[in-house]
Amino acid sequence: MSSPFPFSSIVGQDEMKMALLIAAVDPAVGGVLVFGDRGTGKSTAVRALAALLPRIRVIKGCHYGCDPVTDGKWCDDCREKYAKDEPKSALVAVPVVDLPLGATEDRVVGALDLERALARGEKAFEPGLLARANRGFLYIDEVNLLEDHLVDLLIDVAASGENVVEREGLSVRHPARFVLVGSGNPEEGELRPQLLDRFGLSVEVKTPEDLATRIEVVRRRDSYERDPAAFVEKCRKQEERLRRQIVAARARLPAVSVPDAALERAATLCMALGTDGLRGELTLMRAARAMASLEGDSTVEDKHLRRVAPAALRHRLRRDPLDEAGSGVRVARAIEQLFGA
Amino acid sequence: MAETASAEITAWQDAALAAALFALDPAGTGGVALRASAGPVRDRWLSQLRGMLPGTDPWRRVPLNVADGRLLGGLDLAATLRSGRPVAERGLLAEADGGVVVLAMAERLSSATAARLVAVLDAGEVCMERDGVALRSPARIGVLALDEGVSAEENIPGALLDRLAFHVDLASLGIFDAQGDTISAEEIGVARNRLRRIVAGERTIESLCGAAMALGIDSTRAPLLALRVARAAAALAGRMEVTDADAALAARLVLAPRATRLPPVSEDHAEPPPAEVAASEDAQNDQPTPAPENGALEDVVLEAAKAAIPAGLLAQLAQGGGARRRSVSVGRAGQLLRSNKRGRPIGAMRGELKAGARLNVLETLRAAAPWQRLRQATAHDDLVHSRAKISVRREDFRITRFKQRAESTTIFVVDASGSAALNRLAEAKGAVELLLADCYVRRDRVALIAFRGSNAELLLPPTRSLARAKRGLAGLPGGGGTPLAAAIDAAVALADAVRRRGETPTIVMLTDGRANIARDGAQGRARAEEDALGAARKMAAAEFAVLFVDTSPRTQPQAQKLAAEMHARYLALPYAGAAAISQAVRASASDRSAGGGA
Repeated sequence: MSSPFPFSSIVGQDEMKMALLIAAVDPAVGGVLVFGDRGTGKSTAVRALAALLPRIRVIKGCHYGCDPVTDGKWCDDCREKYAKDEPKSALVAVPVVDLPLGATEDRVVGALDLERALARGEKAFEPGLLARANRGFLYIDEVNLLEDHLVDLLIDVAASGENVVEREGLSVRHPARFVLVGSGNPEEGELRPQLLDRFGLSVEVKTPEDLATRIEVVRRRDSYERDPAAFVEKCRKQEERLRRQIVAARARLPAVSVPDAALERAATLCMALGTDGLRGELTLMRAARAMASLEGDSTVEDKHLRRVAPAALRHRLRRDPLDEAGSGVRVARAIEQLFGA
Repeated sequence: MAETASAEITAWQDAALAAALFALDPAGTGGVALRASAGPVRDRWLSQLRGMLPGTDPWRRVPLNVADGRLLGGLDLAATLRSGRPVAERGLLAEADGGVVVLAMAERLSSATAARLVAVLDAGEVCMERDGVALRSPARIGVLALDEGVSAEENIPGALLDRLAFHVDLASLGIFDAQGDTISAEEIGVARNRLRRIVAGERTIESLCGAAMALGIDSTRAPLLALRVARAAAALAGRMEVTDADAALAARLVLAPRATRLPPVSEDHAEPPPAEVAASEDAQNDQPTPAPENGALEDVVLEAAKAAIPAGLLAQLAQGGGARRRSVSVGRAGQLLRSNKRGRPIGAMRGELKAGARLNVLETLRAAAPWQRLRQATAHDDLVHSRAKISVRREDFRITRFKQRAESTTIFVVDASGSAALNRLAEAKGAVELLLADCYVRRDRVALIAFRGSNAELLLPPTRSLARAKRGLAGLPGGGGTPLAAAIDAAVALADAVRRRGETPTIVMLTDGRANIARDGAQGRARAEEDALGAARKMAAAEFAVLFVDTSPRTQPQAQKLAAEMHARYLALPYAGAAAISQAVRASASDRSAGGGA
């Protein structure tokens, strides 16, 4: 694959783009789940995000891409190696690792290095996809078709930020902090509710309904396919602008304050919707803060809550499986009541 | 190649044209879904296609039960053992780079395999992470999906179908229809060279998008594929830019089979999209067919597409029944290959290679690996061991463990006849909904058969998808006679299919038991009841778990008798609501799992 389709050139699908940007600004929001029709640019957006994000600094030669600055979160190897001397660093692109369907568990979590074991009789750990995804994104297309035990494993690692491998006499733990991005089509089957809840944000994508938008989608896609390099070059400026916005938002994030009024609002909204547990409120707050930061505001206000609430809450409602309205509409209704039209 | 939509173009010519355009740009057009039973017509189509493909293009057949290792690539066992280090092996898809992958019996393809294919189609490369090896290899492929389905329920998984430009149906053609000129591989080769430089105007894009929308096609991939096909058509005709005829052809081949509704007729001519007003007239001069009065390209395109919509579908679309047809065979997530040891692999354990056990080669190698030096050091006098690079011993054997999910499917057989419809239909719907909510948590499946008039209809094939269940329930009409025998037969057939898939069916009959339509559709209470009793006995013989919910206001002796013949649990629920029915079903299902039988 040469250069992916530029993120800033994706037509419409604002909620999906917003959710991905929020996750890029504050990975602590927890993963993003994108559910929707076929041919709506789900995979395109995720793959485009990789190219958009600013490059990161890693310790050279580290399997897990440890950050040379924050030494508190290093992997065991780095801690041992660089106990005294300074590590060498390198700039690399943010990893966006594709988890292909049909990947086996040993490739995902890592396993005994067969080559070294067979050739030299050494017991060595060969890092898997989770190691590669550290500090980046792990993307699962058709997450609802992935084997249940793999999904369980991924969610667990994503939540704890650490991959613990206990197999073949190996006992390894290494950092695996990544944003889980799943996409799927609800017609192919549902995700278990327990799993839904573990994703921070959930967005629904639909096929654009007006002709002009559709024409624009096809036109851009077509001109990209005919000459990817030229198309990417043409979008370089707007990509650069968006990249700067992300960098600025990340820097601003710790300073963004959440007033008590906003906390109360979030809590009331969650109560009105009857979401289970506190994860909904926490995510809502975090997402709203990232949103404020993206927009250059220093305090979280109602308008931020309003924008992120559907994505943060829609998958946490008690499901009424045959409610025609769908949970997105229920959240919108609750927001309307609470915040006024 | 400048034909446009007209009555003279036969289905075969269109099919042949699709083959030519696919041969011209296999990866760009995504592929062909070919619906036809195995036979001379299909063979002729296939040989024409092969004749058009340059001989150097790879052509790979993928069997239905292909293992991931062969499809995507994996560990090359022989080479690994020979060299003593892991050697990756390319899969079928990577081998087919630049050519065509043929899927046999694609209608039975599992959605998991389809998803793998889709990922490769989207990325243009195989990204393999398996068995301790990682490999990326280019795979720009076109997919030829041979669909031998006969009923509407059998279909290629939607995600894959969406990415294949051509949906060709040869089912209605005889061998004498299959006549026509062929195009040589050289011509295709020349056209391929031209393809990259073909220009498509804004108007083409706009008109294809407009036509797709008017035909109710949601996916934005459809117009994109149509655009590529239009370009290929221009290349084939020896033109350097896409003309209206090419666009019309693309609409006919790509958009028409995807139509879910008829374009609104009145608006067609009344208000052309503003962008079309400025369109020049001269491009249409080379067309034999008279262009519509206003000359808008979108109309030409739309007309072409409309003319190509099959007649049967047209009637169906006119009734608004198109939407349901589209997604019939999806939702089989998690279903695994059949074998004597089936189920989901859940890791490996140390074990003996007894009958049926499957050796997990990779884990076995891993288990043997740490001991290699030691074994080689101690086994010098043993010839057998010293010759092998790796010595594997019995204690290293690792067996794959499988876990089979005890899935259950609840089949609702709902009486929608005139006698039952008024007071019961709503409650039956409510009960199905409640159970569905339950099943959604347990990941069980639900199916729905409704019977009224002269036959029973499968409204909802076994599904876990809420979206589909919603659609199936919304369209449940009521009124007419009570063809009970047909309904029981349908339930038995479905339950049998479910059981053959290794799942446990539970049948729930919601009826008042007053049959008045016999099995052959004739009216008359006496024969109808006799037929129903016969069908009930058949059901009992198959030993399914059955719950009979008598929905008549007063308990009926006929209903009780019927239930007894079915060996069903009988439940009189004259005034029960949806919640009560749902509770009874749950109780009956747990009875069954506790005691077995009904």
